[in-house]
Amino acid sequence: MEFFKQMILPFRLLKNTDKSEDLKRYRRLWWYSVVLTLLVSLVPLLIMTGVNFLMFREAILTEIRYDLSRNLSSTSRSLQFVIEERLSALRYTVRETTREELLDEERLSETFQNLRNTFGGFVDLGVISSDGVQEVYVGPYNLEGVDYSDQSAFDEVIIRGMYVSDVFMGHRHFPHFVISVKYESNDGDFHILRATVDMDYLNRLIYVPNMGHSDDIFIISREGIMQTPSRSHGYLLESSTIDVPAFSPDIEIDETLSGTNLTCFLGYCYIENTPFILIITKERTNLLVEWFERQSLLLVFLITSALLIILVVFWSVTKMVKHVRAADRHRTQVLMNIEYTNKMATIGRLSASVAHEINNPLAIINEKAGLLTDIVSITDEFPNREKTLKALGTIIGSVDRCSKVTHRLLGFTRKMQTKSEFIYLPQLLEEVSNFLGREALHRNINIYHDARGDIPSIESDRSQLQQVFLNILNNAVAAVENGGKINIIIEPVNGQKVAVDIRDNGSGISEENLTHIFEPFFSTKGEFGTGLGLSITYGLVQKLGGTIDVESELDVGTAFRITLPLKHEPSVE
Amino acid sequence: MMNCRVLLIDDEEELVTTLVERLEIRGICADAMTNGHDALEKMRDVDYHVVVADLKMPGLSGPEVIEIIKKRYPKVKIVLITGHGNTAHSEQEYPVNEIDEILMKPFHIDNLIEAISRVLDISGEEKQ
Repeated sequence: MEFFKQMILPFRLLKNTDKSEDLKRYRRLWWYSVVLTLLVSLVPLLIMTGVNFLMFREAILTEIRYDLSRNLSSTSRSLQFVIEERLSALRYTVRETTREELLDEERLSETFQNLRNTFGGFVDLGVISSDGVQEVYVGPYNLEGVDYSDQSAFDEVIIRGMYVSDVFMGHRHFPHFVISVKYESNDGDFHILRATVDMDYLNRLIYVPNMGHSDDIFIISREGIMQTPSRSHGYLLESSTIDVPAFSPDIEIDETLSGTNLTCFLGYCYIENTPFILIITKERTNLLVEWFERQSLLLVFLITSALLIILVVFWSVTKMVKHVRAADRHRTQVLMNIEYTNKMATIGRLSASVAHEINNPLAIINEKAGLLTDIVSITDEFPNREKTLKALGTIIGSVDRCSKVTHRLLGFTRKMQTKSEFIYLPQLLEEVSNFLGREALHRNINIYHDARGDIPSIESDRSQLQQVFLNILNNAVAAVENGGKINIIIEPVNGQKVAVDIRDNGSGISEENLTHIFEPFFSTKGEFGTGLGLSITYGLVQKLGGTIDVESELDVGTAFRITLPLKHEPSVE
Repeated sequence: MMNCRVLLIDDEEELVTTLVERLEIRGICADAMTNGHDALEKMRDVDYHVVVADLKMPGLSGPEVIEIIKKRYPKVKIVLITGHGNTAHSEQEYPVNEIDEILMKPFHIDNLIEAISRVLDISGEEKQ
């Protein structure tokens, strides 16, 4: 069944001529549909994901920025407080104590001890007179009499009344810084209380909770010298790898600076009244990776749905294109069938009218020649009698030949009317193949009959059906080799029709010939055929309301399928 | 020879006149007419046993003439001669009930005589 559906003649033509072009067209359609559908469905999904990422990124950055400024703020405030506290302690001391009391070493030592115990972090304490010489000193080293007058710090403390120094190693070989406070007495003279503060004291304050592996917090001076050790931005008292950031009274976050090779966030804060700049760096984490980690559920959803979409798109587009292709095929097939039927009808009409026009003059020639024959026959002593009779015989013989052609072309049968009777096709086909029995037997050709299912009798014309099947079986017998095989399969179709398949395993018909076999005067048998057999068969089947299809493959065989209605109501043309 | 009278009607004058001549050579009395009207006129004067008529003629067509003849002279036998096959016409065009024999042009004169004999129900022996 399927074999026939796919192989009927017009479709075969279509399939073989347009195959590559056709395939390309459908492949293009497939690609267009797939790409378009994927774009329409995947792009919004990707945009959503992208937006989600950007929002996440913004949130993370804000969080980092906030974190950074909060840490900076609290740490700088502690630092400021600690330094301010010590400055205040010195100011208090210098105001509450007379110059004489300060210069008293014992008294100063007592004050030093008090400061140390109360505030902590003080290493030593000294009093410097207005000429820059340290007059009294309390501390672990012997610094009494050191002249500070040539140091810039000395000038500064004179101008500003107080001074906080950079960190330095100085004489003591451990990092410390100096804070000094000036006291100006009523007589215009002044003295300076100078204290050294242990840097460890500040170091302890520089601490950020939850510090990342490559995050860093440290202090640099305004000259860019490291004031505290750092993890990765330079050693103590060496130049920082970070350029000194521009002055700002507020906390600043810089996202573009890069220290070492890592891009990082850099937050800084100038600590008031000191040369210190507090710096916190935070490595810019790989936000994409972090996003992947945090949004893994979303990602799983995204990938799953994308895969699902791709699958569904592929599946549905393939299905759609297949449908379109099948529909196109079907349409072309129907169109070609119509075209073929029209062509056959035109050829039929044309040949019938030509034959008819020829029959009348043929009849006249026939009768005239006949009359002459009669006259010659009954006339005694007719000159050249034998020769004349022979010539007339040839004329009549030629007319016979012509009329045979025209009669066949007109599908002439002795019985002019179609006689309807109930016919059981398996029985009719047995009868018809019996006509061929002798030749089949002689050539050892096997004819198999296969009646499938319950085959209803059809109402049709017996002799015309006989002619149809005889023609086809004759062709089949001619096509097969000795010992060949012919299968006759009879089966009901939808309870409306009966189909007869006649297949042979003979030489087959070439594709080119296949398109012409129902046309009159088309013959592959050379001198042996008139080329009218299948044309008459086609006409008869149509007249009986049936259809005839053929498919064939060279050296494989030929199959004819004749479908006949259970009852044919002749249509009035 | 057959003792009967035959009327041939065909618009091809050369055909019918030749046929008449040939039938007469064979001892059959025959007349030829080239259209239906003349044929009907002729039939008023002469009694025919058999009418041989063409299917397609100008004026009255074969079937029309046959119908009139059958009405007027029910005993007259009809032989239809035609250049058409059965594919060219639908079956309704043939007045099948009135026709006793059909011959396809061109035909052999012996076939015509056989057909005439058959419609007159004369056996071969009688004919001889």
